[in-house]
Amino acid sequence: MVSFKDIWGGQIITTKLEDLVAWARKSSLFQYPFVTACCGMEYMAVACAHYDMARFGAEVPRWSPRQADLLWVVGTISHKIAPILKTIYDQMSEPKWVIAFGVCTCTGGFYDNYATVQGIDTIIPVDVYIPGCPPRPETILDGLIKLQKKISQQKQEL
Amino acid sequence: MTAEFLALTRVRESFPQAIIEYHSFRGDDTLVIRKEWLIPVMKLLKEEPDLDYRMLMDLAGVDYLPRQPRFEVVYNIYSLNRKSRLRVKVQVTEEDPEVESLVGLWTIANWMEREVWDMFGMRFPGHPDLKRILMYNGFEGHPLRKDYPITKRQPRIGPKE
Repeated sequence: MVSFKDIWGGQIITTKLEDLVAWARKSSLFQYPFVTACCGMEYMAVACAHYDMARFGAEVPRWSPRQADLLWVVGTISHKIAPILKTIYDQMSEPKWVIAFGVCTCTGGFYDNYATVQGIDTIIPVDVYIPGCPPRPETILDGLIKLQKKISQQKQEL
Repeated sequence: MTAEFLALTRVRESFPQAIIEYHSFRGDDTLVIRKEWLIPVMKLLKEEPDLDYRMLMDLAGVDYLPRQPRFEVVYNIYSLNRKSRLRVKVQVTEEDPEVESLVGLWTIANWMEREVWDMFGMRFPGHPDLKRILMYNGFEGHPLRKDYPITKRQPRIGPKE
């Protein structure tokens, strides 16, 4: 009996198509940073060499929502900008994920006032919430890894 | 004690009826003037060579509810050559919330007056394009008025309260 192992020298692994697609999707997240406030500094810190988000495959920011599959909502969202955020979310093609970055984006934070959206999940669906004002880069990477875990466990639309 | 200061002396010479009150505390000079005299007084302060307050640093509204007159508009002006600051205030009533626009004297007053209109609902006759600057079209009321409900929300999209 000749096995794969004998022919190819152990260079073949078998998997399910869905798992393969999930692995590809979670490891090459193209991100659209929707940066409106001070949390943007932490986002930049994570994207740069010291914390290096590229280690997790989330390397390239795309400045067009049509090329992105991960929306980072970074910073306070006011009622004035809310329709723009919604439009950008709608412009992204499936499959797509959203990370709420910072406490203002998650809940409105201490901006409990006439101007601020009390959590972006009142407008668009959110996959991962990263609290903090602003969150530490380690927290952000933790959020990214949690999202990757979530993606790999989701049903993949093929 | 309130000391005399140059701007007070010069304004009193030219427009004795314009001044309601004044004070000066550690170089912090303030003039409260009648609003119908605003344009001539500001023109004098800006254009007289020995006063020379050529820079409008800030223009803000204040709501003093329940005091009467309810509102104030505060102008902070600065002389770059003399390194001197002056605060000019006009009092505005709730029934007639209008102050002459200063856009003719300082172009920067354009956006500042739009902000005061947006936040306090004061109108500025003579302003070329008095519309909201911070809040969106369709927003009802003026959120920095003291009687604007603190919990009132007006979302454009999302859940309505």
